[in-house]
Amino acid sequence: MVAIPQPTPPPPRGQRIVVERKAAAQIPETPVVFDCENVEVYYGAFRAVRGVTLEIHAHQITAFIGPSGCGKTTMLRSLNRMHDVIPGARVAGRVNYHGIDLYAPEVSATEVRRRIGMVFQKPNPFPKSIYDNIAFGPRVNGVRDKAQLDAIVEKSLRSAALWDEVKDRLKHSALGMSGGQQQRLCIARTIAVEPEVVLMDEPCSALDPIATARIEELMRELKSRFTIVIVTHNMQQAARVSDRTAFFTTELDSKNDRRTGTLVEYDVTSKIFAAPSDERTENYITGRFG
Amino acid sequence: MQLSELRGHKQYADRAFRGLAIAAAGLVLLVLGMIAIRMTLRAWPALGLEFFTSIRWSAPDGRFGALPFIWGTLYTAAIAVMLAVPISLGVALFITQVAPPWLKTPLVYLLDLLAVVPSVVFGLWGVLVLSQHFGLSRSFLTAGVILAVMIIPIITSLAREVIETTPASEKEAALALGATRWEMITASVLPHSKGGITGAVMLGLGRAMGETIAAALVIGSALGQITVNPLAPGNSMPAVIANEWGEADEPHKAALIALAVVLFIITIIVNLIATAIVQRSMKRGRGA
Amino acid sequence: MTGAPAFQESTATRRRNDLRARRSWRTVKNQLMLGLMIAALLLVAIPLAAVLWSVIVRGGSTAFKDFPSFFTETIPRISTRPGPGMGPAIVGTLLATTGATLIAVPVGILGAVYLHEYGGTSKFARLVRFMATVMTGVPSIVMGLFIYLIWTLSFGYSAFGGALALACLMLPVMIGSTEQMLRLVPPQLREAAYALGATKSRTVITVVLPAALPGIVSGSLLAIARAAGETAPLLFTVGAATAFNPHLFSEANTALSLQIFSNAVSAFAPAQDRAWGAALTLMMVTFIVTLAARFFTARFALKR
Repeated sequence: MVAIPQPTPPPPRGQRIVVERKAAAQIPETPVVFDCENVEVYYGAFRAVRGVTLEIHAHQITAFIGPSGCGKTTMLRSLNRMHDVIPGARVAGRVNYHGIDLYAPEVSATEVRRRIGMVFQKPNPFPKSIYDNIAFGPRVNGVRDKAQLDAIVEKSLRSAALWDEVKDRLKHSALGMSGGQQQRLCIARTIAVEPEVVLMDEPCSALDPIATARIEELMRELKSRFTIVIVTHNMQQAARVSDRTAFFTTELDSKNDRRTGTLVEYDVTSKIFAAPSDERTENYITGRFG
Repeated sequence: MQLSELRGHKQYADRAFRGLAIAAAGLVLLVLGMIAIRMTLRAWPALGLEFFTSIRWSAPDGRFGALPFIWGTLYTAAIAVMLAVPISLGVALFITQVAPPWLKTPLVYLLDLLAVVPSVVFGLWGVLVLSQHFGLSRSFLTAGVILAVMIIPIITSLAREVIETTPASEKEAALALGATRWEMITASVLPHSKGGITGAVMLGLGRAMGETIAAALVIGSALGQITVNPLAPGNSMPAVIANEWGEADEPHKAALIALAVVLFIITIIVNLIATAIVQRSMKRGRGA
Repeated sequence: MTGAPAFQESTATRRRNDLRARRSWRTVKNQLMLGLMIAALLLVAIPLAAVLWSVIVRGGSTAFKDFPSFFTETIPRISTRPGPGMGPAIVGTLLATTGATLIAVPVGILGAVYLHEYGGTSKFARLVRFMATVMTGVPSIVMGLFIYLIWTLSFGYSAFGGALALACLMLPVMIGSTEQMLRLVPPQLREAAYALGATKSRTVITVVLPAALPGIVSGSLLAIARAAGETAPLLFTVGAATAFNPHLFSEANTALSLQIFSNAVSAFAPAQDRAWGAALTLMMVTFIVTLAARFFTARFALKR
């Protein structure tokens, strides 16, 4: 295991985000998990994302930032084939996962999603007990043994720093928890199936600052076990937790006059926030746009 | 990582479930189609010109003219709708626009209660109470009254749904101009819900035409006459089928099934129109 | 400046008077229409109260005399003979309704699952949805004759024939109410299940349907209550037995609604009394089922 760099302390709010200058060399070169080549996502005839090419590295936190409508969530969902369930949605280009095209005809979407989990914007626990929420994934994957399930539930809840809060009410409905607890439950539920990658779609946007801080702390802890990709509209959050940052923006599609999302710049987080090479990135992070 | 790891199993269970669901949905079309085909085939010998033009219905002579029953079905249904529509609208408007919140739930319960009273119980009440003690003899009017009571909950609940889609802004616009509640209703609620209410009335009409047992008990089972006198005993298609099936023999049975086919076609047409109107107005209501 | 306060006061009074309601044709009309609405409400309440009164008073005196013999004895073959009972009709109603439930509820739920989870806005789904709505308007007597043609003609009278006819009536209602409940299940729950690697069928069975269950149960119970009170579909399919027949598939049976229908037109008081008793019994069955449906609806509302 390579050494993980210490997370940067949260910068004071309302100021220009200053990140300690870490040279790119300080980010360990871990293996590539996703290798996206010229990815485009269509909803029917509408092109939501255009020409995205980037690599996502193992055991790092990669953040997708950008103004709303820039396609960051759309891009994230293409990484575990969540577009399959939306009628009319289509992905072009290649999303290579360890060198395998995720959209090859013989690849099964359910197998992909077992390895690449997802945490959503709004906490979405099932209307079941806390225990059954966590056990859902393992059960889907064929775990029947009660003792084994118990162990998985405990381990997952501990990993999500939730065990001590809920261990006495595992059989209670998950809908009785607070929003922050629900989101940590959703994270526990996702890691219970031992995925390799955890995709997080604005996981803190529905939470208060304290709950947000706990989730961010949790992400840093989970980095050693999982590869994490997070979509956030909060630049401070990206600066605080991520190792690499991809900045997306919208541009007018000359063909149909509709806005389409595209990748502007992708680099080590410290570089993006300290010395972006593209003017649009500079404008966005200094608050002149979006 | 190997490609084979991501290949997954052939998901037979998944496909089987999907197939089952499609089959279940298709059953609706199958049953409707079979009703149309099997019944028409069986009734074919009876479906001649005489069936639609003659007023003479006499099983022993093998003469089956259904015109009086077709008339009776339309006439009783029309009476029922004319009685039920103003009442249903009044109740729907009262529940949605006037009633305080604490009164709404009990009123909706009341209508639900009315909706679950079995039609045969209404018929029993009509024949043993209404016609014996209140002097309403078995007639078109009595049947119309009973049918009206039965379709009121249907029309009311649909009208209520439609009326509730009136945007608050439209109602407030009228009130802000100093309109009284009734002026607000005529200015914004009724125009907005016109289509949906029409559809609800059509659905009520279809239900009134198809309602069998209550009509069979109180309509009077008259044969061979067409009259507009609402106090005269009459007959309707479903009532004839229910009352005569027990002692019917061969050509007679085919004629009764022919009545059912005609009834089926009329109610299907009424319902097609009603459903189309309701769906369109609902869509518009949501879109607004 | 002594006149100023008086001036102000009079303005205030005038303003107050301006805001006071004035009687005009407009306000009278408003009141009149309100009165008409209340009259309409009474016109609905009166027949309901009258029917309930007759059924409870006249049915109660028959059904609860020598309790519980009315519910356990066989039906007298001669209509002039007074006395109980309606036992076979209760059994017949329960058999036919249970049979119909076992057919229509699973098929209806599956059909709704297709419409909402698979079909969506596809042409086939739209056609089925439209036709299901149309099918709810097919007269029940037509359903009865249809089952007579495809089942009773070949296999004879039985409670099962009645069950088939009632199932045809219940099916579109089940599809409609279940699809409405599925629409209330948040799409985020489905996404969560997919993201854990669940297949579509697994998602529907273990997440979507349980989440919608209280609403589906409530819809089923309402459909069952309607079916239990139906007469016309049973007229040609069930037969007219007077003795107990606990068999679903064989031999003529009877039902409460059928007994009410045949006894209502009888000229003899004992038969009429039995009709009222059967009516009370039938209403109790449908009311209990409806109340149970209400209970589930209330629970579902709490959860959302």
